[in-house]
Amino acid sequence: MDKVNVGKKILNANETYALKNRQLLARHGKPCFNMISSPGSGKTTLLVRTISDLAQSLRIGVIEGDLQTDIDAERIRATQAPAIQINTEGACHLSAVQVHQALEQLPVETLDMVFIENVGNLVCPSAFELGEDGKIVVLSVAEGDDKPAKYPGIFAKSKVLLVSKIDLLQGSLVEFDLDRVNADARRLNRSIEIFPLSAKTGEGMQNWYDWLARQVRAR
Amino acid sequence: MHEATVAQSLIEVILQEAEQRHAKPVRAKMSCGELNKINDEVLSFAFEAIAKDTLCEAMVLQIEHKPLQARCRTCGQVFAVDISNTRCPGCGAGDFELLPDAPLVLDEIEFERTDDGQGECRQEDSERQ
Repeated sequence: MDKVNVGKKILNANETYALKNRQLLARHGKPCFNMISSPGSGKTTLLVRTISDLAQSLRIGVIEGDLQTDIDAERIRATQAPAIQINTEGACHLSAVQVHQALEQLPVETLDMVFIENVGNLVCPSAFELGEDGKIVVLSVAEGDDKPAKYPGIFAKSKVLLVSKIDLLQGSLVEFDLDRVNADARRLNRSIEIFPLSAKTGEGMQNWYDWLARQVRAR
Repeated sequence: MHEATVAQSLIEVILQEAEQRHAKPVRAKMSCGELNKINDEVLSFAFEAIAKDTLCEAMVLQIEHKPLQARCRTCGQVFAVDISNTRCPGCGAGDFELLPDAPLVLDEIEFERTDDGQGECRQEDSERQ
């Protein structure tokens, strides 16, 4: 037998496209964020409210990933923002090549920022770099406060944690210990920024908007 | 279930290496980190299914899990961290910095030695098993 040391990254083909995406975005000087969460955490609702509230100051384009349908892209387009829908037809994550094709269809030069809304899944999308400047993990209070402990990978890799649907904490509709989430997420990732918010009532949204504005200014 | 994508990519990389060497791969060793963890059973199943009718059919796949390392901010000790129970084994402090997690890497491939010598490997003899 001949044994050969290879030492190659297995997801090299994906990373080649991630690099192309990063270069394309850098050429236009546009920040790009990859939103990852379980299905139903409210990613699209958050984006719709963000786009509408910031319509005068920030032009956002969105790449939507779902197994089926263009329901989410339609919701984004209803705000007048451009959106490209990717249907993964069963695949549990977006890959960099799919995002590359979508970026080519998006009028990147006319935008201030690009969001990629990944397929709803707290596990698989965290393994695939898409060329983003950072990952944003969304955790709704209805999912429970044990998620950073149970799914550490995505919380360790994200720049921002948005704790969504905090309006449900009123009247104790759900049990959720925000201190536990803060402590567990920061243990994995000391520099993670955590914004509890509600896209329904608007509570906490301003902190998120301030963070977005800082990302554009940093460019 | 991204193991199917990992298996597909793994086979593509192995086939490229095999083509360059004109040799049949018989065993491969890969590794992954704790935050990029993959499920061995699911990956092996996907690998076997995708390898069928390719040069990779019947290959043995070994998967090594590399522990996540952390550095204690109090005493500086570097240790394999269990993220569900996060205390420095040296001083007991709970404040530490996670070190970069190991990526998914194809570490080595073993090829069947061919009679025409074309399956020769690039490595020095000392590195051979």
